[in-house]
Amino acid sequence: MRSPIHPLARVALALLLLLTTGAACTRSAGQTASGGEQAIQNKGSDTMVNLALAWAEAYRQQSPDVAIAVTGGGSGTGIAALINGTVDIANASREMKESEIEEARAKGVEPIEHVVAIDALAVIVNPANPVSQLTIDQLADIFTGRITNWQELGGDDAGIILVSRETNSGTHVYFLEEVVRKGDAENTDIFAPQTMLMPSSVGITSEIQRNPYAIGYDGLGYVTKHEKLIAVARDAASPFVLPTVESGADGTYPIARDLYMITAGEPSGAIADFIAWIVGPAGQQIVADLGFVPLSQE
Amino acid sequence: MTTAPPHPSGAPPRRRGETAIELLIWLAGISAIAIVALIFFFLLREGINTFLDIPLRQLFGVRWYPIEEQFGLMPLLVGTFLVTIGAVIIAVPLGVVAAIYLGEIAPLWLREILKPLIEILAGIPSIVLGFLGWVALAPIIQNAGAPTGLTAFTGSLLLAYMSLPTIISISEDALYAVPKEYRDGSLAIGATQWQTIWRVVLPAARSGLVIAVMLGIGRVIGETMAVLMVTGNAANIPNFGLSMFFSPVRTMTATIAAEMGEVARGSLHYSVLFGIGLILFLITFTVNWLATRLVGVEGARRQQGGRL
Repeated sequence: MRSPIHPLARVALALLLLLTTGAACTRSAGQTASGGEQAIQNKGSDTMVNLALAWAEAYRQQSPDVAIAVTGGGSGTGIAALINGTVDIANASREMKESEIEEARAKGVEPIEHVVAIDALAVIVNPANPVSQLTIDQLADIFTGRITNWQELGGDDAGIILVSRETNSGTHVYFLEEVVRKGDAENTDIFAPQTMLMPSSVGITSEIQRNPYAIGYDGLGYVTKHEKLIAVARDAASPFVLPTVESGADGTYPIARDLYMITAGEPSGAIADFIAWIVGPAGQQIVADLGFVPLSQE
Repeated sequence: MTTAPPHPSGAPPRRRGETAIELLIWLAGISAIAIVALIFFFLLREGINTFLDIPLRQLFGVRWYPIEEQFGLMPLLVGTFLVTIGAVIIAVPLGVVAAIYLGEIAPLWLREILKPLIEILAGIPSIVLGFLGWVALAPIIQNAGAPTGLTAFTGSLLLAYMSLPTIISISEDALYAVPKEYRDGSLAIGATQWQTIWRVVLPAARSGLVIAVMLGIGRVIGETMAVLMVTGNAANIPNFGLSMFFSPVRTMTATIAAEMGEVARGSLHYSVLFGIGLILFLITFTVNWLATRLVGVEGARRQQGGRL
């Protein structure tokens, strides 16, 4: 009747085992796991998560012994994870901030940024909205709350509903610097307080789809036919350009940015091979397929 | 036989078992207090810099934009307050009335069906309700004339729904605890059922009803995922008036949930998020303390033979 181990103790033991193996699994990131399989942990930008998943899947077919685990969470989240040593590659839709680089160095990590694709940032509205083109100045006025009614832009007499990504998103930071502040480092404008901050890309597109007076922005790769693209002009004298793969690549569309993969130190082994494959023709073909702008190949 | 000592060989192990159980119960009781104290000190340790490093005037400023070091908590306090008040206004009357119906009016067979259903309601994960609110409730609110479907009111509706099981169950228990003689006496002197409920049963159950309401409020203030999905998360203080319930707001809980993942450990932003946690903790603590006090006064009054 009496077993040498109390049933409760057995449960506790099982839990302990589970926990330790779990810890061991996260430890094995980037190192050879059992069976000669390589595991690469990849985390960060939500803008890039679909792209990173497509890369991981395609790369798996080509190199079956490399397993790449992709998660989102935002550029800041990915960079924080890289600094804390829990991932091998951080995806970021913006450059690292000075504070992040310092923090990484304080932990003995020298971050290296690799440009892996270009993203045209699309300004989107509901298809029912008559407004179809805006200048950067107008966009800045809209998102800082200086213009609050569509009538001032040639639209209906209705309040403008502002939709943005959360502040931990690289897209948010890029839009703040390049559009709200018009690329001027001295400018300290910020988003109007009534801006709704959405935790995901889907949050933005769904609000745009059901609200005729909402305006937001998202990576071109995430825009569907249920949202209307706004043609953007650098200034009043420049032509209005719609975001496309071509206008993003040739630089005529004013709000396009580099997308990065960041590694801790110069990559080696499987990680180096993976990044080399991404910037090569096969990886860049996937970039184009998903609506992002591929790097020029030369 | 009865005065004979218990079986000599049986006594020591039983007594030892009793001591062990007593110790376990004592530990369980103490651990609840210890854990609350530990949580408090942890929050204090991580969040104290908020109140040391940021001048109070800035802390109660109107702008929350953490990536530019603007840590004005007012919009978040207002957001939490609006959502909570809205939920309480909706949930408390509904919950208490539902409890009266269940406890005093409904026939037994209906009660047997309704009670378990209400308890199931309490088990629905908040993220599921949040999703429901996001895809189903928000468009309705927008079509009803709000500038957007993601508003404080949308959050209030969801939270009211979430706190209803708590309020109904505990109110119903409180009504059940009222002795049957009170009702019999009231009906015997010719009062109608309505008069009995309103004048006799409800006052007698007041302390329990207060606890029900307070626990409901506690649930509402602390809820996170659902409000993160449906309140729009704009750190804005809407203009005073009825329309403020139909504007997007950002609550304290949603702010912590949305920003904790990204924040650098040990930074000022990090400690401000813990500072918000500390404020939330103090608010819930105050609500609970008020509840016990109210109930305590009520109980003492009843013992002194005062009016019911």
